[in-house]
Amino acid sequence: MREKILTAIDKNSKVSVADLAIMLGITEEEVANTIKELEDETIICGYPTLINWDKVHCERVTALIEVKVTPQRGLGFDKIAERIYQFSEVQSVYLMSGGFDLTVIIEGKSMREVANFVSEKLAPMDAVLSTGTHFVLKKYKEHGLPLVQTKHDERMLITP
Amino acid sequence: MRNPLSKSVVNIQPSGIRKFFDIVSEMKDAISLGVGEPDFDTPWHIREEGIYSLEKGRTFYTSNAGLKELKVEISNYLYRRFDLNYDYNKEVMVTVGGSEAIDIALRAMLEPGDEVLIPQPCYVSYHPCTILAGGVPVVIDLKGENDFKLTRQELIDSITDKTKVLILAFPNNPTGAIMDHDDLLKIVDVIIEKDLIVISDEIYSELTYGSKHVSIASFPGMKERTIVINGFSKSYAMTGWRLGYAAGPALILEQMIKIHQFAIMCAPTTSQYAGVEALKSGDPDVEMMRDAYDKRRRFVVHSLRKMGLECFEPYGAFYVFPCIKGLNMTADEFATKLLQEEKVAVVPGTAFGDCGEGYLRISYAYSMDNLKIALERMQNFVDRHRSEK
Repeated sequence: MREKILTAIDKNSKVSVADLAIMLGITEEEVANTIKELEDETIICGYPTLINWDKVHCERVTALIEVKVTPQRGLGFDKIAERIYQFSEVQSVYLMSGGFDLTVIIEGKSMREVANFVSEKLAPMDAVLSTGTHFVLKKYKEHGLPLVQTKHDERMLITP
Repeated sequence: MRNPLSKSVVNIQPSGIRKFFDIVSEMKDAISLGVGEPDFDTPWHIREEGIYSLEKGRTFYTSNAGLKELKVEISNYLYRRFDLNYDYNKEVMVTVGGSEAIDIALRAMLEPGDEVLIPQPCYVSYHPCTILAGGVPVVIDLKGENDFKLTRQELIDSITDKTKVLILAFPNNPTGAIMDHDDLLKIVDVIIEKDLIVISDEIYSELTYGSKHVSIASFPGMKERTIVINGFSKSYAMTGWRLGYAAGPALILEQMIKIHQFAIMCAPTTSQYAGVEALKSGDPDVEMMRDAYDKRRRFVVHSLRKMGLECFEPYGAFYVFPCIKGLNMTADEFATKLLQEEKVAVVPGTAFGDCGEGYLRISYAYSMDNLKIALERMQNFVDRHRSEK
């Protein structure tokens, strides 16, 4: 049931407890309790809104930064990742396989702001060996949802 | 000028749905719960395979019975999902949608005067196709109290010396009824004893909720007297590709292929290549869609019952068939008024046979948002008319 609830709200966290109960054929109490458990266990970590900021007239810049680091004895990459993700500019941090270690996704108001963050905060860290910054030009799809086109129902209104 | 028309065609009544479609099309901002096709797009990997086949220049006819590769996949699929064994080479043919298969199956088998049993409410084409094939349609009125399943007694009562074919269409459009293993078991011996041939339209076979679909062809003694019709429209959301198939005894298939060869040539080549991909790797898509339909199904049934409309649990397809007999209106009046007053389009049950009177077909092949708005409006409508009564 946990998985069923998670799948049901994965793409739409606004579904009400009452509707979830009906759709999954269980009681509202069961839904509410399960969601509470999932939150307590930080399986559900938050309910952000997917916004296409490009359509709002306020300047925002996203950059993906490839970071090579020296892992620390006994702590591996976790410690350095934590030092990086504490910055409020940082949206996501992933440990990667392959040619570099961490992907850090930064959001800032301008390219200068992002550049300052990289050169003044990220690059000078002791464990950071190198950085490679890639600016995002356009977002097409996030969290499994397309940001670009809206779809119309093109079906005929009545069919057998 | 002489009368250019065929009497038998002129005498066929146009589909009841058509009439309603014309009214709905006039209405600009109507919300519809009236479609008989999925709201999902064909999964991208399947569409891409179609595009790829075009890029490769695969724009020629295929053999009449269909691409070998596709027939092999169909045969594998029928075995994998429904435990049916068909030789891809002699017992499987690819058609232009399930609809073509229905038409040519009837044409291949009927002699003038042969009776075809058609349990209604059902899809609109069985009746006219029977007439066009020279047969005599014999309607069996299924009953709400039996959850619109065909009972043994109803079957026995409808059989005469002239009965040749029984059409079974479960999971059912428009009722959402299914016939499970035990339901089918009760009629199988009658079918065999009376030497009937079954055309089993299983186009909604992937859309059952709670239990897996059982094909009547999987019962002992039934494979040799059943034509299984299925297709890609409902399972893989591929209605516009027009791709279906029939599986059955070589003796009958051979004649069906003959008609198909002269009338159609072959199913669209692009669609056939896409169909191969669908059967090879479309299982997760089917599961995703089934899961989404199931959620909406529960929501719609719940909402309808909340309105006080009696509504049996539909375990198949994507339709709910609520009863509106308590409201002192015919199905046609209800649907027309609901459209005029609340701008919600549903299809009156009578479009699928006279015994659909007192019922509506509500499709849940829509987004939850759309369903919510439409059902709220319908609730207002029902409340208002109930208090008027």
